[in-house]
Amino acid sequence: MASHAEQTHQRFPQTATAAHAEGQQHPIRIYLIVWFWLFVLSACSYLVDYVGFQGYLRWGLIVVFMLLKAGLIVAVFMHMVWERLALVYAILLPPIAVLVFVAIMAIESDYTALTRMIAFSGGG
Amino acid sequence: MAETPLDGTATGQSRPVGLHGVAADWASDQRAFKSVSWGKAMMWIFLLSDTFIFGCFLLAYMTARMSTTVPWPNASEVFALHIGGVEMPLILIAIMTFVLISSSGSMAMAVNFAYRRNRRATVTLLLLTAFLGATFVGMQAFEWTKLITEGVRPWGNPWGAAQFGSSFFMITGFHGTHVTFGVIFLLIVARKVWRGDYDDDGARGFFTSRRGDYEQVEIMGLYWHFVDLVWVFIFAFFYLW
Repeated sequence: MASHAEQTHQRFPQTATAAHAEGQQHPIRIYLIVWFWLFVLSACSYLVDYVGFQGYLRWGLIVVFMLLKAGLIVAVFMHMVWERLALVYAILLPPIAVLVFVAIMAIESDYTALTRMIAFSGGG
Repeated sequence: MAETPLDGTATGQSRPVGLHGVAADWASDQRAFKSVSWGKAMMWIFLLSDTFIFGCFLLAYMTARMSTTVPWPNASEVFALHIGGVEMPLILIAIMTFVLISSSGSMAMAVNFAYRRNRRATVTLLLLTAFLGATFVGMQAFEWTKLITEGVRPWGNPWGAAQFGSSFFMITGFHGTHVTFGVIFLLIVARKVWRGDYDDDGARGFFTSRRGDYEQVEIMGLYWHFVDLVWVFIFAFFYLW
């Protein structure tokens, strides 16, 4: 992540000095590019529903567009690519625990659904 | 500004980067988040806790939807609108998404102009962000009204699983509350930028305890982008799934 930041600074040399001079200062162009892509990705996720994709194709596309949008917002709009790795890890690693929780609850709800189907066969 | 004595780093002294940097920053009795101010670090930690709150809401929704034996209402049809005699699936939600993304973009630009000390552009963009945020809340109020008149309640609805209503009101309600508070604080920050409270000779007070530093606008921006970020997940999991 730190090396990314350095690469970005090399690509936008004026940023490196500006970022040290005062806070997070980056060229406006990069915000406009990200803004544009957020619009495109939102349109794509809407089209997934409009076109009517179903099954794994639908879910896969939804998740891909969602993660791309979230990544762009966190990385550029919230300036995560320019922060030090210590802060990046402190904020981005803990939410992984939620994924473990998701796995636990998915197993649990499968079991609940099964018992409901057995115990209330008329629907419950 | 990046290198103040509070950092625990002498000016000009370079710190290790990468994994060595992580270990070195957390290792000894020092400030872990070097050039990051307490305000920004605390906002990030608040956002992390908020992530868990929204994570748990979406998780509860997933559990309810996966474990019910009654079919889940089709969001594409539930949130469709008749426009000019044509049934447009999910159109209101799509517009809300674009409004919120636009507000995120204008917020990012506001932060940029704040650091350039262009007060006029910053205030204009902050007010635009607040306006778009208020528009979003207005459309959400319309959506709630439409669903409530159609008979959606937290304990039932005409189309299927009863948990649809409770998940919907809980998740979008909590998100809408976040947007509303964001709009209020955007207006407060816009007023302070307008008055020049963040300039070197600015007045001290609520949100302006550090003179000559426009970082407060960036911290406001972190909150606003987070609200947009949460909507990305709600849009994907609740409306599209």
